[in-house]
Amino acid sequence: MADRPSRPPRAPMAHGKADLKPLGRVIKMVFQDYPAVLIIVMICIVISAIVGVAPAVYIETITSYIEQGLSSGWDSVGPSILRAITVMICIYALGLVCTTVYTQLMAHVTQGFLHKLRVKMFSGMQKLPIRYFDQNARGDSMSYYTNDTDTLRQLVSQTIPHLFSSGLTVIALLAVMFYYSIPLMLVIFVGIFAMTRVTRIVGGQSAKYFMRQQNSIGKVEGFIEEMMNGQKVVKVFCHEKAAQADFDQINEELFHDSGNAQRFSNIFMPIMGNIGNILYVLTAFIGGLLICSNGALKNISLQNLIQGGSMLAPLQIAVVASFLGMTKQFTGSVSQVSQQINSIVMAAAGASRVFRLIDEEPEEDNGTVTLVNCRKDENGTISECPEHTGFWAWKCPQDDGSVSLVELRGDVRFFDVDFAYVEDKQVLFDISLYAKPGQKLAFVGATGAGKTTITNLINRFYDIADGKIRYDGVNINRIRKADLRRSLGIVLQDVNLFTGTVMDNIRYGKLDATDEECIHAAKLANAHDFIMRLPEGYNTMLTSNGTNLSQGQRQLISIARAAVADPPVMILDEATSSIDTRTELLVQRGMDALMKDRTVFVIAHRLSTVQNCNAIMVLEHGHIIERGTHDDLIAQKGVYYQLYTGAFELE
Amino acid sequence: MIKRLSGCIREFKKETILTPTFMVGEVVCECIIPLLTKDLINSIQVGTTMSTILHYGLRLLVIAMLSLLCGFASGWFCATASSGFAKNLRHDLFYRVQDFSFSNIDRFSTSSLVTRLTTDISNVQMAFMMIIRTAVRAPMMLVIAIVMSIRVGKELSLVFAGIIPILLFGLIMLAKNAMPIFRSVFKKYDALNNSVQENVQGMRVVKSFVLEDYETEKFTKASDSVRADFLRAEKILALNSPIMQFCIYASMILISFFASKLIISSGGAYLNVGSLTSMITYSMQVLMSLMMLSMIFVMITMAQASAKRIAEVLDEQPDIHDPSEPVYEVPNGDVVFENVSFKYSANAERMALSDIDLHIRSGMTVGIIGGTGSSKTTLVQLICRLYDVTEGCVKVGGIDVRRYDLETLRNAVAVVLQKNVLFSGTIRENLRWGDPDATDEELERVCRLAQADEFIQQMPDKYDTYIEQGGTNVSGGQKQRICIARALLKKPKILILDDSTSAVDTKTDAKIRQAMRSEIPDTTKIIIAQRVSSIQDADLILVMDNGMIHGMGTHEQLLTSDEIYREVYESQNKAGGEQNG
Repeated sequence: MADRPSRPPRAPMAHGKADLKPLGRVIKMVFQDYPAVLIIVMICIVISAIVGVAPAVYIETITSYIEQGLSSGWDSVGPSILRAITVMICIYALGLVCTTVYTQLMAHVTQGFLHKLRVKMFSGMQKLPIRYFDQNARGDSMSYYTNDTDTLRQLVSQTIPHLFSSGLTVIALLAVMFYYSIPLMLVIFVGIFAMTRVTRIVGGQSAKYFMRQQNSIGKVEGFIEEMMNGQKVVKVFCHEKAAQADFDQINEELFHDSGNAQRFSNIFMPIMGNIGNILYVLTAFIGGLLICSNGALKNISLQNLIQGGSMLAPLQIAVVASFLGMTKQFTGSVSQVSQQINSIVMAAAGASRVFRLIDEEPEEDNGTVTLVNCRKDENGTISECPEHTGFWAWKCPQDDGSVSLVELRGDVRFFDVDFAYVEDKQVLFDISLYAKPGQKLAFVGATGAGKTTITNLINRFYDIADGKIRYDGVNINRIRKADLRRSLGIVLQDVNLFTGTVMDNIRYGKLDATDEECIHAAKLANAHDFIMRLPEGYNTMLTSNGTNLSQGQRQLISIARAAVADPPVMILDEATSSIDTRTELLVQRGMDALMKDRTVFVIAHRLSTVQNCNAIMVLEHGHIIERGTHDDLIAQKGVYYQLYTGAFELE
Repeated sequence: MIKRLSGCIREFKKETILTPTFMVGEVVCECIIPLLTKDLINSIQVGTTMSTILHYGLRLLVIAMLSLLCGFASGWFCATASSGFAKNLRHDLFYRVQDFSFSNIDRFSTSSLVTRLTTDISNVQMAFMMIIRTAVRAPMMLVIAIVMSIRVGKELSLVFAGIIPILLFGLIMLAKNAMPIFRSVFKKYDALNNSVQENVQGMRVVKSFVLEDYETEKFTKASDSVRADFLRAEKILALNSPIMQFCIYASMILISFFASKLIISSGGAYLNVGSLTSMITYSMQVLMSLMMLSMIFVMITMAQASAKRIAEVLDEQPDIHDPSEPVYEVPNGDVVFENVSFKYSANAERMALSDIDLHIRSGMTVGIIGGTGSSKTTLVQLICRLYDVTEGCVKVGGIDVRRYDLETLRNAVAVVLQKNVLFSGTIRENLRWGDPDATDEELERVCRLAQADEFIQQMPDKYDTYIEQGGTNVSGGQKQRICIARALLKKPKILILDDSTSAVDTKTDAKIRQAMRSEIPDTTKIIIAQRVSSIQDADLILVMDNGMIHGMGTHEQLLTSDEIYREVYESQNKAGGEQNG
């Protein structure tokens, strides 16, 4: 499993209408983070959109000058044309500046937003209870950071500015059209109607198949991942043909769905573009009609009102010319807006998943008892002190406002504890146990008997349903979780190492540990020798959970990591997985060293560990069915005796 | 490489050719349209009759319809061609991997195979679509638009001579500067995502050591550095639209200036207002197609790496083949190693196995023990020809394994791999991998043998219980037992258990061995284990060390004769005794 690729499965998307609400929240977030910048961006977009419309007016002006010039010659209109051109250069320069400013700013905004979003997701995730991680597939959590964040990048950096600027262009064009000619503008409305229809039909189909395509891709990728991981098993069972047949089937499905998805998005542009062309002809036709009527049919426009005092006047040829240009630009902008449909739908789905993570309830912590450094004077009274003394106490605020200090000794007791991961499915019943400082308690029993669950309760990964757990006499529900966990060390069966040097990984137990402390811990854990044999000793980089180390070596590092933390209470989950015998001996000695002078809860798989424990709890279906020392239990001739005589190792 | 990949077009050749063909039609239409609009505008200009307008209008309409038709057809065929091409590519790649031997699989890591089959294919598919569509469209458009503009505007088209180099220079500079940054950013980005995965995986550790804040801080730093790098790349890329706009604006101004001068000075004879508008349209088309060209350039360079990785898999030749005249019958479960030496690759320095001589009679139970790296797994993998020997030969049933039909051999030799996998599907479906036609009774029988029936019966849906991908919803021991049952279903002549009961408790482990001894006495059983208890009652025990057989014999013999065996036995049975006792 270690070499499972990191690619997450694509979360399937629901069919039907996408919920666009999350997009509003994204926009709100961006605005909250960058209010000033975004206002500048918006102003720039507005200006550059208006500048984008300017050519329409400009062409109209130039053509009318040319027409004048045709009869009166260059000298009469030359200066006016030059002036118009100069004005245009200025306007264009302004537009260019605005475009440059807003695209550069948007790059900042996008990357800043994504960074903040990632950190928000990550820090939120750190605060989630273990329950969340136990219940959600790893791949799901990953896709928030990869696919979903990517869809949002697309949204913020491109889709939203595009929509905004295209929308503005459309409005600006309509305003100009309204100014020049109302009848011709009405022709454009026919076009808008046709284009929205097409968008709804073709775009809707496209979005539908696009979603299906995403689902099929998820399916194919899931299958590929599974088969590549199990390729050797496939070979051993001569299952190649069957795998190929299964693959062909889902590959065919993907072909079908992606073919359709592309088909609809591919034909979208030609249709939109040619609606534009048809609209163009229609505009020319109506315009021509108005002109050819020789004034019988009049143009209605604001321009006429301003220039001639009446809205009605014969249509100018120049107006038609620029109108035709505007038609092109208009249809171009509308189809740009419609083209964004797929990415909007995708982003909405991505955003809603991201928000689901962000909105997850964090781990609750109502603890008020904290762990403080203390000093003990000659007559045994404890007092809090700021510096590190290596001597700790629980600082318990009392109801009357005073504070009492309880020495941290590592005394853990369970009183009638019941627990269920899900309601109605109780996994622990009436568990009572006492671990005095320095004692070792072993849990023995079949998989699912509740051994790991007990350890999950001590460090409050899960909270008990009924009963009490006391740590040095303090109710653990009153202890701040961070302080509680700091006082507990844990070595898990599945070792997780982090990218970084060996030293970094050991220091993970205590961030302010010096190199000497880390090396000392490694020596204690029996890890020093093999570490020194690594190519760069303690500075050897570990990647992908330490794949360059053997299972046993990774375990040794995790023991050293716990040793450097030096907590009074340890939870050890012994590894069952196969380590070769020599390394196993090292691991075992490391564990033994770690257990010395501490209260230890051990999920035992080895006889040696069990034998040396002060008490052994035999668990079955969530009940402690036998308890006592090894000798007691052997003498009882119960389940433990059977386990012991039937098997040397305990599962 | 290109030849290799284009071989995957196959039945979509027709669509692949039709796409650019219709695309040419669409481009031609698109370039004629400005010409017609010019005439239309001119005809309006000189104040002709409605019939002239109708005349030009209709021609325009016809061309628009033609353009629509061509665009529609081209888009339609392109969708079929590109998704079909991707389908074939995926098909070929997947089939090729199925032909791989173990050594081929070892050469590519699992995750790299997955990437090749997914991300790389979609990159290549995108590039393919670009090539048959945009890569035809852009140059065509460029050429036709320039030709047209020369026809319409004559000297005016000289403006392009000034603008095109500027745009090209700008675009190339952008691509050249942004691409390397993007490449390194994506690497950093991947690393960031990997660190998230690592964190999610190790959440219990993070929470136990109360390092949530530390992890967040670490992540924030990494994320911020991704942000900074990404920003650098995006800022460069963001210059794209201002450059484009500059060129469009510049050509508009230049064209309109020169045009107005020319029109007026020639009195409209040389050039007219209609030509001015069509010139502007052509200039847009020229610039747009240049931008598309630069995009194609970037896309194709990016897809090149993907194409190379795909071709690598396609070009990989499977190491193990069926012989020309295969044997289709495995007579019995005898296993013989004659002077076998083996190394994983031709240029490996060290032999993984050397000078192995071994005779196992049908029906024997053989235990293998030895430290990590002692080549226990390597030894057994030669029996079912997962690898071929380097020297010597391995015989099963008295016949060299290389003479068997592979499927025959592997059906007779069942291996339960150390790294075993269950597939998503019901338990029943998983078991049937061993024998697709097995009856329910047979399934239950083998499961009883593997001590799996009991827990399966306790599951809510029994044999129809759904196993999640990777078998995450069953415990390690349960998974191993299902895997053993699956192998037993093949009714093999030789059964190899490669550390397959490590997560099973010793009592159950003993029961499984007991059941095998009594239920399948004729099957040769080869068991690799870490625990002496799993193999001490075997007929023959091999102690492997450093690729060689260190000792061979029964438990009692080895206790006296083999120091490694003795050491292992003592450490497992008296462990803790001497240092704590």
